[in-house]
Amino acid sequence: MDVLTLSRLQFAVTSMFHFIFVPLTLGLSILTAYMETRYVMTGDTTYLKMTKFWGKLFLVNFALGVVTGITMEFQFGMNWAEYSRYVGDIFGAPLAIEATVAFFLESVFIGLWIFGWDKVSKKVHLLSIWLVPFATNLSALWILLANGWMQHPVGYVLRNGRAEMVDFGALLTNPYGVMKFIHTVLSGYMVAAFFVMGISAYHLLKKNRIDFFKCSFRIAATFGLVSSILVFLTGDYSAVLVAKTQPAKFAAMESVWETKRGVGMNLFLVPNEEQECNEFERFCIPKVVSYLAFHLPNAEIKGLKEFPRDLRPPVLPTFLSFRLMAGLGMFLLLASLLGSILSRWGKQEDRTLFLKIMLLAIPAPYIAVQLGWIVAEVGRQPWIVYGVMKTSDAVSGSISVSQVVVSLAGFTLLYGVLGVIDIYLLAKIAKKGPDDDLSAIIKPRIEEA
Amino acid sequence: MEFQIIWFVLWGVLWSVYFMLDGFVQGAGMLHHVLGKSDGDRRVLINTIGPVWDGNEVWLVTAGGATFAAFPTTYALMFSYLYSALLLLLFALIIRGVSYEFRGKSEGELWKKGWDASICIGNFLPALLFGVAFGNIFAGLPMDAAGYHGSLLSLLNPYGLLTGVLFVMLFAVHGALYVSVKTRGDLQARSASLAKKLWPALLAVAVAFLGYTNFATKLYDNYLSHPVLLIVPLLAVAALLGIRIFMAKEMLLTAFASSCLTILLVAATGVTGLSPNLIPANMDTAYSLTIYNSSSSLYTLKIMTVVAFIFVPIVILYKIWVYRIFRAPVTLDEVLENKEAY
Repeated sequence: MDVLTLSRLQFAVTSMFHFIFVPLTLGLSILTAYMETRYVMTGDTTYLKMTKFWGKLFLVNFALGVVTGITMEFQFGMNWAEYSRYVGDIFGAPLAIEATVAFFLESVFIGLWIFGWDKVSKKVHLLSIWLVPFATNLSALWILLANGWMQHPVGYVLRNGRAEMVDFGALLTNPYGVMKFIHTVLSGYMVAAFFVMGISAYHLLKKNRIDFFKCSFRIAATFGLVSSILVFLTGDYSAVLVAKTQPAKFAAMESVWETKRGVGMNLFLVPNEEQECNEFERFCIPKVVSYLAFHLPNAEIKGLKEFPRDLRPPVLPTFLSFRLMAGLGMFLLLASLLGSILSRWGKQEDRTLFLKIMLLAIPAPYIAVQLGWIVAEVGRQPWIVYGVMKTSDAVSGSISVSQVVVSLAGFTLLYGVLGVIDIYLLAKIAKKGPDDDLSAIIKPRIEEA
Repeated sequence: MEFQIIWFVLWGVLWSVYFMLDGFVQGAGMLHHVLGKSDGDRRVLINTIGPVWDGNEVWLVTAGGATFAAFPTTYALMFSYLYSALLLLLFALIIRGVSYEFRGKSEGELWKKGWDASICIGNFLPALLFGVAFGNIFAGLPMDAAGYHGSLLSLLNPYGLLTGVLFVMLFAVHGALYVSVKTRGDLQARSASLAKKLWPALLAVAVAFLGYTNFATKLYDNYLSHPVLLIVPLLAVAALLGIRIFMAKEMLLTAFASSCLTILLVAATGVTGLSPNLIPANMDTAYSLTIYNSSSSLYTLKIMTVVAFIFVPIVILYKIWVYRIFRAPVTLDEVLENKEAY
């Protein structure tokens, strides 16, 4: 394998691993902050126990998100030096702003939150936990504006042998970036909602701390339902944007080869990239693809044959990832709807089948978000910046195959070990359940009073 | 003032503050076993670092991001040329971060010993690697039109290694002083006495570094042509001597402040000497990366300047506020009593 392939593989491994932790951080920080808000407003220590229990799981996950994040920043320069040099003028800015406005905030106030229970007032402590989701979501905004620029470059000119920024406002209001931000953070909220519902279901199945976990489940179910609906709506809008700005990606997502009007959707098909056609097309729903692309049943869809072979993304992974993501999204929407209803009606702890499904559903949104990134990134190929720079021109010229083999092997090994430790710790903390001993937190306040 | 110069100064400030803040984390971490004789000691050490390590590391992320945004060509070449060294650095920083967060979240002798070891290695390696990397940057990298002609091994030249040892010693003294300020009792006494013992070695390495720099680099050229700049290295030496004087007077907090100043001024000395280069080429200076030939466009620099001038002061304010909240020393009783402790 060459440096390009190895570097792409390494970017995939490190970014996908990083993105195991990011979505849960985005959502669970909000849920934890909400629980602490309820505690501060009502004084009910059940909410404090909830904050502690879910917060502990949050922290294990958060730590891995932080440490795997530095790799992402370094990697642009290490493996993608040509890319960094060519687009750094416009791509570097959002990354630097992300660190300045968001990472500092998040890192300082998470420290205050963890170690500050007995050092600051309840309100300041509450403020510090709210600053964490604010900062993590703000950091997501900047990084997704950067990614949105790679998908749909705006506000630049090609000058002095590189892409130079001429309109910062255009970068900020890039519809592709804004849409990606909303769709991505909402999908993170779904991950968190199903994480909390799944672990609550585990304890409800064991008839353990029923009130505590019913209440956790209910909060997460509402959060999950709202986010699922919004993910669905923004997903729909995303498809429209993709059809407009990256027609080759859209054609690959639906595996459309011929340019036609009123294209229907085959529920089953197998793309054949050699023959430039689909095999085993079954169960066609008329006009659906045209409607998804332009919200018009008879709109014309550009087929893959419109694009030279070397400007088409790999069809099979893009198509499969999109289908699976959309399918999982539907399932999760239904599951969260059901969860919202069942958690408010009757004896939830006796619905063992439903609880088992919710427990097993924990990985589903994780898989869906990874698939979403495959659609976004693989579907953009062969471009690293759509229409501006090809991935093959972006790799560092000065690194050798052996260097990247070593780094890829190192990352895989290190991340593998960290992944095992993460699951071990999460499972251990989750199974143990909430801690009733709040002396460390409550005592100093009583003395104060 | 030219925006390139503003960003060069900011670039220098970001690295200096990073070394000042993460320096004591790395120093305390590499002395984890020397200072932490018992599990209790080690938990106290970890709890002095726990609230701040992440926030300190962000200065590195910001320094990297600022290099990317303001000097993209330097970012691209520096990071790809120093690939293997940065890889080791990443691995070290990753394991160090999770060590602090995970050590207290499970039990068992092996679990604790494993994380203790990675705290030590994960803090020692960055200190050494940053020193080696910056030593080589001071001396210039072997690069020309054909690209880079160095390797991980070629970075380990005598001057690079000496700078590595300088960073290790600077951070070790700095870290020991931090622990002496943040703890009480036996641990405090031992860390203060260790800082005292390490200081002569630091002085010897610093003298060797200042002498060798004259032969290995062109850092002194700027000082010879603008003697007024000599105030920076002179103040660095004064701050270094100040550490010893304040330690002798048992003024540990002032000694630590002096150590903070030493690191800021040592970094400033290097950066001032580099100017206007970010990375000099040691084969043909025509290929040096300067603040002019590797910078972003004026437009981008202006935008970034506005962002930095608004947000960096805000960051500094809330960081100082939170440091003040955690200013009290960490004691074993408190750690044992508090279930939130690491």
